[in-house]
Amino acid sequence: MTKVLMKGNKAIAQAAINAGLECYFGYPITPQNEIGEFMSDEMPKLGKTYISAESELAAVNMLIGAASTGTISMTSSSSCAIALMQEAISAMATAEIPGVIISVMRAGPGLGNITPSQGDYFQATKGGGNGDYRTIVLAPSSISEAVELTYKTFYLAFKYRNPAMLLADGMIGQMMEPVELKPFDLEIPDSSDWEADGVGEGVNKRPFRKLVSLHMQGDDLPKLNAKLQAKYNKIQAEEVMFEEFMTQDAEILITAFGTVARVAKSVVQEARKAGLKVGLFRPITVWPFPSNELKKAAIGKKVLLDIELNEGQMLLDVKAAIDGVCSVELISKLGGEVVKSHEIMEKIVELSKKYTGKKAGAIC
Amino acid sequence: MNSNSEKHIIVAGFGGQGVLFLGTTLAEAAIIEGKNTTWIPSYGAEMRGGSANCFVIISDSEIPSPLFDEADYGIFLSKAAINKFDNTIKKDGIAVVNSSMTGERTLRDDINYVMEPLSDLAARSKEKMLLNIMALGLLIRKTGILTKESVIKALEKVSSAKKPEFLKFNLESFETGYNLIKSTGFNDKKVEMAGC
Repeated sequence: MTKVLMKGNKAIAQAAINAGLECYFGYPITPQNEIGEFMSDEMPKLGKTYISAESELAAVNMLIGAASTGTISMTSSSSCAIALMQEAISAMATAEIPGVIISVMRAGPGLGNITPSQGDYFQATKGGGNGDYRTIVLAPSSISEAVELTYKTFYLAFKYRNPAMLLADGMIGQMMEPVELKPFDLEIPDSSDWEADGVGEGVNKRPFRKLVSLHMQGDDLPKLNAKLQAKYNKIQAEEVMFEEFMTQDAEILITAFGTVARVAKSVVQEARKAGLKVGLFRPITVWPFPSNELKKAAIGKKVLLDIELNEGQMLLDVKAAIDGVCSVELISKLGGEVVKSHEIMEKIVELSKKYTGKKAGAIC
Repeated sequence: MNSNSEKHIIVAGFGGQGVLFLGTTLAEAAIIEGKNTTWIPSYGAEMRGGSANCFVIISDSEIPSPLFDEADYGIFLSKAAINKFDNTIKKDGIAVVNSSMTGERTLRDDINYVMEPLSDLAARSKEKMLLNIMALGLLIRKTGILTKESVIKALEKVSSAKKPEFLKFNLESFETGYNLIKSTGFNDKKVEMAGC
């Protein structure tokens, strides 16, 4: 398949359209504005709905409305504006509405700035909304992968009737690279048995359905919570995605997601040339987090090096997953700084001496 | 880690000079040659302030990060651009400079400057000349980073997508830039300025 030069945001938007998107709702914020711009051009041409909402709150509530009718719908935003959507995401999780959210992270906290960041790992995977809910979260590390994971995000949202999010950093959104825009090859699961699309009339009239997040009667809420937790357990058991790169014989195991992982991968190759046994474990689903798989990969390693463009948010999941099977170190970059390959290499050389007694070969 | 084949190019100027278009053309030409490439602009606040720049990487292998601290080549179309990014060029690197805006003064003696009064050439020429694409022609001629043929194909692609009538101007400007070489010490030969 030929590759085309495409900006991440545009590729994600095109992928959403390929997946059968019917409704887009959004409010502008950098660094994801090209998504809304692209949708405003393309959706009307396709006879589909584009609404420039009056606020992020409006956009995400429009998403609730559209998705509750089984319509393939999405919103896109960034960091401080995704923060505004948290109540609605919790509501969608509770009412089991398959809304899709594209989150292109900028640096925080607060309004922060528009530079790339991974500071919303907590926001995406732990949620800023209330209660024991989960959002399915997929984190691409290239634009081609962003396309595939956008497809998967829509698929999983409908498969589990759950909000699902594509979590990209500003770099994925803003950069261009050659992209393989594969056709959409998944089938969005049927929604006809739950969607609130009207009860119909006459002989076609069906019983009333409701999708709600308020459960005041008797033991409705404990029952609902049990049902949701069972669903989350199933997702955790069946949907984890991750990439392992040269982990088998590695002494140092790097964990990183998104853009950072591609920098780390190149360092792994360079470190190998210098005789240092380094491998990379990259979570692709950051919820469900590949805990069991990471633990398996970490057993027998001298040290695990976690690298993030935040103060070690994923590190908590990493530590919980590996449960102390090896030492853990962190490289953290905050406020829009991006980690450089030479910084990772220097850390690896340092860790090699400290944990394995080995010195790097000719290259360093 | 940057492989030896990985070339970093920074294109800088101000909004309206076609900085991002120039970078996009480079990236498209890289794809035509089957190479890997990334392009990332300065986005947001900087653009509103008037300056524009983009980082382009061309490589035979996978590209880890689209951002870099050191560039092999630079194209500086404004004074602010050379002031900001001159120091990012690696030793023995090449900087194509629009001397209409920067003057002939060079700041470093460990890199090679290709100085041409591109704005003046564009203004004086009878035909419509585009200073960004002239700069691209100069870069390609000086560095050989991509072939002339693939850049022409890339121009055909990006021009027809945006404004087809500009293809002619782009091709002529590229050809002019490509042949626009004056003796700057390290140049191999002197070629007459074309198109002006």
